[in-house]
Amino acid sequence: MSTASVANHDAAQEHEHHDNFVTKYIFSQDHKMIAKQYLVTGMFWALLGGFLSILFRLQLGFPEMDMSFLRPILGGWIDESGALDPTFYLALVTMHGTIMVFFVLTAGLSGTFSNFLIPLQIGARDMASGFMNMLSYWLFFLSGVIMFISLFLKTGPAAGGWVVYPPLSALEQAIPGSGLGMTLWLIAMTLFIASSLMGGINYITTVINLRTKGMSFSKLPLTIWAFFLTAVIGLLSFPVLFAAALLLVFDRSFGTSFYLSDIYIGGEALPNTGGSPVLYQHLFWFLGHPEVYIVLLPALGITSEVISTNSRKPIFGYKAMIISLLGITVLSFVVWAHHMFVSGLNPFLGSIFMFLTLIIAIPSAVKVFNYLTTLWRGNLIFTPAMLFSIGLVSFFISGGLTGIFLGNSAIDIQLHDTYFVVAHFHLVMGAASFFGMVAGIYHWFPKMFGRMMDAKLGYIHFWLTFVGVYLVFFPMHYIGIAGFPRRYYSWTNFEFANMYTDLNMFVSVAAIITFAAQFIFLFNFFYSMYRGRKATLNPWRSNTLEWTTPLHPGHGNWPGEIPTIYRWPYDYSKPGAEEDFIPQTVPLSATPESNLPHEQELVQAELDIMKEEEDVLVSNETIH
Amino acid sequence: MYGFLIGVGVLLIFSIIWMVYRIQTLVSVVKGSDKKIASGSNRINAILFVVFLVGSGILMFWYSIKEFDNYHLPIASEHGVVTDNLFWITMAVTGIVFLITHVLLFIFPYKYQYSEKRKASFYPHNNKLEVIWTAVPGVVLAGLVISGWMAWSDITAPAPENANVVEIMGYQFAWEIRYPGKDKVLGDYDYRLITATNSHGIDFADKNSIDDFPSPVVVIPKGEPVLFKIRARDVLHSVFAPHMRLKMDAVPGMPTRFWFVPTKTTAEMREETGNPEFNYEIACTELCGRGHFSMRKVIEVVEPEAYQKWYAEQKSFIQVNPALASGLPSDTKELAEIQLTEK
Repeated sequence: MSTASVANHDAAQEHEHHDNFVTKYIFSQDHKMIAKQYLVTGMFWALLGGFLSILFRLQLGFPEMDMSFLRPILGGWIDESGALDPTFYLALVTMHGTIMVFFVLTAGLSGTFSNFLIPLQIGARDMASGFMNMLSYWLFFLSGVIMFISLFLKTGPAAGGWVVYPPLSALEQAIPGSGLGMTLWLIAMTLFIASSLMGGINYITTVINLRTKGMSFSKLPLTIWAFFLTAVIGLLSFPVLFAAALLLVFDRSFGTSFYLSDIYIGGEALPNTGGSPVLYQHLFWFLGHPEVYIVLLPALGITSEVISTNSRKPIFGYKAMIISLLGITVLSFVVWAHHMFVSGLNPFLGSIFMFLTLIIAIPSAVKVFNYLTTLWRGNLIFTPAMLFSIGLVSFFISGGLTGIFLGNSAIDIQLHDTYFVVAHFHLVMGAASFFGMVAGIYHWFPKMFGRMMDAKLGYIHFWLTFVGVYLVFFPMHYIGIAGFPRRYYSWTNFEFANMYTDLNMFVSVAAIITFAAQFIFLFNFFYSMYRGRKATLNPWRSNTLEWTTPLHPGHGNWPGEIPTIYRWPYDYSKPGAEEDFIPQTVPLSATPESNLPHEQELVQAELDIMKEEEDVLVSNETIH
Repeated sequence: MYGFLIGVGVLLIFSIIWMVYRIQTLVSVVKGSDKKIASGSNRINAILFVVFLVGSGILMFWYSIKEFDNYHLPIASEHGVVTDNLFWITMAVTGIVFLITHVLLFIFPYKYQYSEKRKASFYPHNNKLEVIWTAVPGVVLAGLVISGWMAWSDITAPAPENANVVEIMGYQFAWEIRYPGKDKVLGDYDYRLITATNSHGIDFADKNSIDDFPSPVVVIPKGEPVLFKIRARDVLHSVFAPHMRLKMDAVPGMPTRFWFVPTKTTAEMREETGNPEFNYEIACTELCGRGHFSMRKVIEVVEPEAYQKWYAEQKSFIQVNPALASGLPSDTKELAEIQLTEK
């Protein structure tokens, strides 16, 4: 084993000599570079997705506003009187959702941190297949290019909501965005699914096969557990979205009737009969709900690591955390129809999905309690990453609790498709996952670029964003309870919803400020990349394996042999130990003063194995 | 004007960021605090968490109480009382959890902020605690689920035989209403029969359709079960009557339904809300295209006697437009002609 890895390493060293600009920065097969590519691409999309939301927030907060000044970028979508086109408003909502869910929080989050951390934290030279990893990024990139082009079509991009329910998304007569815009949406998503699958297969294979010596599953950091299970969810659910999209392509282009039936539109009766729009909803949400956890689990994994490190305390209930993750993984596949309580679904099915949905609240609750207990009697250091992780826990609670309303089909009758839902998912999956991503960037920036991000700017960024996100989404609960429907261009047509213009204005202003605050982060990120303070090897005094690599790890990550793992990653503030952390690479036999009784029993076995290893090594050397 | 203001704002923000950034970098170098594990900012961040907790807590309670009458819509259906009860019970349960967890989440950072003199407790797990906080949410959720399920079963149970039937059809971008007429049975329809004059696609060859009549508003009797038969002609729509706590998608090719008992007439509600203009409304809550935000229909709830009277006075489709009866088979045509001569 150890000789094999030495040989691998030699190969890696040799490979490095051939690196030129193209293979190093563009068609790189190094997981660290691919991670950075995902990160920067994700940041671009986050900026664009955020900007789109500002545009429609302007419409909602200031419906009377003259938007002529936006004509240089929006052109004909602003009419003569300076009002935003209602169709384009829907396109904005649709693209905001698609971009944020898939391009930012799936690719940007999983793509960045699974790629960056899996090999570094499990002790691997690289991903199982570097080539497939590269292909995964470039398919994502291509998918992004196509989605980006669709924004500039004359008929506009897809505009049927990010869920693109047919028949609206299938019929060009119904909305112009369902023409070429929708075609490009489907092509882009197909490529995206292929990219996700390749990434996912790689993550799973790498975690199962390439763990370093001693890194058993029970010693994996929770980040890796989260990335691993995320990839499993993705691998099982994305193909179903592909199927749904494929059938939609058939309905749109080849005259089939999977989703279409009994339609009279544009002055003519269509020939399609026998299809069911509800079938699409089933297929879509079979991915759509697990997707929520694809987005959220990596963020929870990152938070577990960051909170434990900066509390200087082991994560509370390591095993319970893993069981919760497993529970969420399994349950995420059997709750999808709670998005469809009032879709005309059989009410009996509704009851079953209500039961299953509320069960998933239990592992989520366990996770929250465990985070709280980890903070309890810790020695808390508020790095920006720690602040964002605490912010995540807060959003996870706030947004998770409103899920208990929506998962209850009787209560959902009133709340379904109102702003209550918007508030719920933006907190629990949008803001929470976004905070996990930002926490990850602050935490692993020193490992990515060898420099530190500025902490004070990080604090300002955190407080503006944290307060800002609450000011944007908390008021939406009130608007939702009052019954305001989602995806409305304006509410003035209805008596029950013609108030709260002031609150909507407030939300829009808060959204603009929160969006502006992200530029502090962008500045900090790019400035620190070149001019930031040089990082030390282990700036957060953390236990995990990535901090044992050189400041700028080369291709292959460790210059010598890959270190062996002897303990779990959470030995912080262990009684008896001199320092308040013991890295995973420190053998139990080296820390007799801090070993727990059951660990002391393992010391002899550990020594025996080490001795045996050494003998093998020596005999190998003599053979050579 | 806006462009200029935004430009100035962005410039201002950037210059402030730059200044703050340079000053604090220099200060931290002078103080040597960048070498420490936890600088003075640690304490400030800890305090800010408490400030946030208190500040946002006060704001939340103040606004929730002050605005209650605005965001709480009056209820006008029997099942609405049940679902609203469930809503507020859930609010109480989750509210308590929300408060406790947030108080802990923001107090701990203050209480356990970094100190070099102290060491964190090594406390990796406690099976008893973990079992407790798995079981307690389990039991509480079971309670919520069961009460929700009972309400849901009642609401979605088949409508009573004597329910007053109203057909609501959604299309881009309006609703159309059809009543079954004197025979209380809606006639057949087929989307292929839709024309400019027969927007519902009613099949007048079916005897039951002869007396079906349209209505510009949904008129329903107070205190009697009402069954909405819901369908769509082109894309998905969703019937949402907020005061009735009613919502059901309209699906092309798959008729849906929702039954309920209205409890307050429009006149009573006008009195209750003190708004003489008050009307019950139907809105669309499934994205259906450009005019999604404008699909309004008014519901008028009246006393049962007034309803009977109104019902009897309505003119059927055929009476409104006798041309619809042309080309019918002879036996149905006779029925149609009888109808026409009645008025």
